[in-house]
Amino acid sequence: MLDCLSRMKPVAFRYFAPGTVDEALDLLAAHGQDGKILAGGQSLVPAMNFRLARPASLIDINRIAALDYVLADGSKLRIGALARHARFETPIANGALSVLLPRVARHIGHLPIRSRGTFCGSIAHADPASEWCLLAATLDAEFIIGGRRGRRRVHPDDFFVTALTTTLEPDELITEIRLPLLNEAWRTGFAEFSRRAGDYALAMCAVFLRFEDGRVVEARIGVGGATDRPLRITAAEGVLTGTDATPDVLREAENIAAETIDPLEDIHASAAFRRDLVRAMVRRALDQALTR
Amino acid sequence: MRWVGRSLPRYEDPILLQGRGRYTAVLARGARILRFLRSPVSRGRILALNAPPEIPIITTAVLGDVKPVCPRLDRPDYVPVPQPILAHDRVSYVGEPIAAVIADTAAQAEDLAEQVTIEIETETPVVTLNQALAPGAPLVHDTAAQNTLIDARFETPEVGAAFAAAHQVVEFTFTSGRQAAMPLEPRGAVAAFDLATGRVLLSASTQMPHLLRTGVADALGIPESELRVIAPEVGGGFGQKMALIPEYVVVVWAARHFACTVAWIEDRLENLTASFHARDQRLHLRGAFHADGSLLAIDADILCNVGAYSNFPATCGVEPLMAMADMPGPYRVPEYRARARGIATNTCPMAPYRGVSRPVITAAMERLMDYAAARLELDPLEIRRRNLITEFPHTSVTGVVHDPGSYREAMEAAARVVDVAQFRERQQQARLDGRWLGLGMSVFAERTGPGTPAFAARRMVITPGYERVELVMDPSGFLEARIGSSPHGQGLRTALAQLLADEIGIAPAEIRVISGDTDRTPYGWGTFASRSLVLAGGACKLAAAALRERLQMVAGQTLEAAASDIEISDGRAFVRGTDLAVDVRQLARAAYHQSHRFEAIADTGLSAVATYDPYGTFSNACHIAIVEVDVATGQVTIERFVVVEDAGRLVNPMIVEGQIHGGVAQGIANALYEKVVYDDGGNLLTGSLADYLVPTMAEIPRIEIHHLATLTDASVTGAKGVGEGGTIGAPAAILNAVSDALAPFGIDIFEMPITPQSIAQLLREGGAKRNER
Amino acid sequence: MSDRLDVTFTVNGDKRTICVEPRRSLADALRDDCGLTGTHLGCEHGVCGACTVLVDDQPVRSCLMFAVQAEAARVRTVEGLAAGDKLHPLQQAFWDHHGLQCGFCTPGFLMLAVSILERDPDIGEPRLREALSSNLCRCTGYQNILKSVLAAAAAMRK
Repeated sequence: MLDCLSRMKPVAFRYFAPGTVDEALDLLAAHGQDGKILAGGQSLVPAMNFRLARPASLIDINRIAALDYVLADGSKLRIGALARHARFETPIANGALSVLLPRVARHIGHLPIRSRGTFCGSIAHADPASEWCLLAATLDAEFIIGGRRGRRRVHPDDFFVTALTTTLEPDELITEIRLPLLNEAWRTGFAEFSRRAGDYALAMCAVFLRFEDGRVVEARIGVGGATDRPLRITAAEGVLTGTDATPDVLREAENIAAETIDPLEDIHASAAFRRDLVRAMVRRALDQALTR
Repeated sequence: MRWVGRSLPRYEDPILLQGRGRYTAVLARGARILRFLRSPVSRGRILALNAPPEIPIITTAVLGDVKPVCPRLDRPDYVPVPQPILAHDRVSYVGEPIAAVIADTAAQAEDLAEQVTIEIETETPVVTLNQALAPGAPLVHDTAAQNTLIDARFETPEVGAAFAAAHQVVEFTFTSGRQAAMPLEPRGAVAAFDLATGRVLLSASTQMPHLLRTGVADALGIPESELRVIAPEVGGGFGQKMALIPEYVVVVWAARHFACTVAWIEDRLENLTASFHARDQRLHLRGAFHADGSLLAIDADILCNVGAYSNFPATCGVEPLMAMADMPGPYRVPEYRARARGIATNTCPMAPYRGVSRPVITAAMERLMDYAAARLELDPLEIRRRNLITEFPHTSVTGVVHDPGSYREAMEAAARVVDVAQFRERQQQARLDGRWLGLGMSVFAERTGPGTPAFAARRMVITPGYERVELVMDPSGFLEARIGSSPHGQGLRTALAQLLADEIGIAPAEIRVISGDTDRTPYGWGTFASRSLVLAGGACKLAAAALRERLQMVAGQTLEAAASDIEISDGRAFVRGTDLAVDVRQLARAAYHQSHRFEAIADTGLSAVATYDPYGTFSNACHIAIVEVDVATGQVTIERFVVVEDAGRLVNPMIVEGQIHGGVAQGIANALYEKVVYDDGGNLLTGSLADYLVPTMAEIPRIEIHHLATLTDASVTGAKGVGEGGTIGAPAAILNAVSDALAPFGIDIFEMPITPQSIAQLLREGGAKRNER
Repeated sequence: MSDRLDVTFTVNGDKRTICVEPRRSLADALRDDCGLTGTHLGCEHGVCGACTVLVDDQPVRSCLMFAVQAEAARVRTVEGLAAGDKLHPLQQAFWDHHGLQCGFCTPGFLMLAVSILERDPDIGEPRLREALSSNLCRCTGYQNILKSVLAAAAAMRK
């Protein structure tokens, strides 16, 4: 039996708007199996309009004021489930992230999308082109996940399975994400390629380099948009570590990145083109990190 | 001239700015909502339709004797194919409407539609030109051998000799990717059955209300008088709404059948999938050149992938035939051979899209000029100087007559504005810095306002062309102009009011232009082909002259002077050289309420009708684009875009420039971004705006426009059309610029859109040259 | 599962209570339940921006929000821009500078521009271009939209 292209209004659903995290977790326990959390809705609602997503229940967490925070807490940036992308357009932390986060946020969709979409929602959705997923993976973020069966902390490597697929259980909610607040010894860079302003990234790179006496002592190089999940290119990081980051070292790093990934293929970019783009974005991100 | 030539803000705007525009969807409130079930496969035999018994479903069987759409050309090289309003026993493209359900809301209609299942025995489709033309390929229509719906040829006697004698022959294959017009407002129709009169009022998002009435009435087998068609506010068309839309027939049928108001408001997925596509073409072009760069002959083999059916009324022949007739463009081409074919495939049917074939043939010819120039070691400007038409009137090798224009002057002016020499220096320096800048130009002539003769030449059985205008002044001195054109954003009401105001001597604010209502306006052809200002404007001018004479007669009698001594301006009629005057308002009153005094105008009163049906007139322009190509990513950034255009007398310069802006933006989209993509099974991969890449403000640079003005007799108002020029010239300029930027890599661009991925691939392949002799 | 819910919010200063299915988008609710048809549907998947309205002063794609989410919110649409007969400076500027042709994208652009200028009345051209790239227009080629918003910004600064 074949589907007759009939869609642009969602399938009917039950709607809940809990006011506390506990209520939300209770609802998830009861309805999570065939239900979804509604936060920003900028990814979920289009899918529902196309009837590709057909949740029987929507648990709208937008009324849970307790989840709307971004806090610098010692060495961590704690991001609550309702922190919108727009929050990050202005510097909200000191250190290396103060410049980087606004630079990244500007690439996320467009202004109206950033008004509603959330940082944590983006992580839960796990689109390969998600900028925050890339940052989280590159910085070894901590995901705090709540559920009636208990709370847990998860590392990105144990969270992202493949495109749009994570280890988040149907009765769980990401309540907070923690990023390390890198100090000024770190230099950062971010570059993204998309066809039009605001489009999904076809390739992007986030770079974090810590220098001591002019040498790279720690390097984090993450690539996203080009593979099914964000990846740290540890081989490229290894090539840079302990060096002065001279041009030939940088070239080697970008080539390793381009060659070691297993690229996605779609109508916008072939595997070969994605390699070209990864090479270019790694180069740009590294150049940015080295130019103050 | 008080009003013509002024950039008057539009009368159309206040309503629209306040969100009070009555677009078709507004009229759907309270109506029963129709939802179409569409084929999910590109080709197959319908085995069964399974619907729960309580769901009211409209199928082809239920429609009964509703006739298929079958547009015709009166020529033997065209194969007419009927398109059923709803698919009968076969489906021929993804998205083809098979059946419809009705509900109270759109959401409910979708819920109902989901409960219907369709069993289709799928067959291997033909999707591309190569597949459709392959020997033994499955036929989309049994009557069209080799899937060829039209196969037109043209040849001058000495073309072979010209190629044989040429100093240089260059050739290449040029490909244009399929486009979707993508108006912001999708299609939609609301049909209201009037219980009192038995008539149906069809409010539809359309560019051609009268032709729509004809087409729907024909399909339903009813007299046209049973149907009133109104185009309310229309949110863009670009040609996609300039065709008979089968879904609209179903809406009217349903309104009559259920004796109520029925609405179908298209959504974007339907619009991208099943609304008309365009410009899926491949042409092989050969040019024979003299050593001095003058063109001796061209030979074009044009293939158009026209989809599964033929649109009404333009037919699927519109792209191939226009390509064939207009290929020479603004150049003197002594000998010419062309073959133009429309090939059927299991994809969405095509309809004209702003520019029709001219964006493609202009891109091909302009690439030919640059490509030949490089081989002949001539400057791109110089090779064009040697070939541009400079003497008028000029009759092209295909018999098209060019009225006076400024083809060469526009090019020289554009070159000066851009300062080509200075750019070349900058380009040279940039190359040393590893930056790749390019400059590209296009020169073209745009045929506008074509009257009946032009369409008759194509042998369209339904031959559009003329425009008729009815002017009536009411007793308050207010003028109503009823026109057959149907604007959808072009500001026609304002521009015509300006024209009429000058012709008659009253203010534009006292003129109301009525359009888009078949009960109130004379039969007309709608708005397309850059025609409305030329044709409706021309008819307005002619009718206004007659009306002014009538006013002069009334005034003369009233003021006891000869009619020829009366002048009218600013709403007052006065005897020349005196201060004897009377308000036009008073004249109007008198003409109606004291009619016995004015025998001279007894037959017409204060009204006038005129028809304008000229041959047409050519506007022209030169576009120059400066781009930078990032060879690391293939991204193209447009640094500067200049237009020097000649549209004769500009009635409202601000509106003219707006048309050029919009056209250029669509042309840039065509060149760099937009492409409708099917997979091998004929499934659409670009069914959302995340995948079909309409450019945003960030991708469209500032567009600089300079004006020339050549006034000719070919247009009675002196105005030439401009609606499509932007789309016609912009892709060529961009492609030439990208080729210029990548010339050091040995790369030539012969496709559009030229995407970053394609550029990256060409760079990776080392820029192998193509098709060189 | 088509139980309707009552939702109360203010639109252009007027308090409204409507009774809708949860799946009713804010765009459809404004159009069909509140009779404010100035907000248009161009794609229903959050790309074209024709449906842009302000919700609690934030620019929002109303096709991506459910009406039930607007409980207690302050919604502003294009119908609320003019003060009686007096057009909002943005509307006036679009009129003066031919910032619209078919008018279908216009309400979305107006509301987007309102929110941009409320956040940053002195916004420079490059940032303005970037912000306005949120919405699609097919008719104008964007030239006069930019010009109109710049003119309005200047007028509003006085």
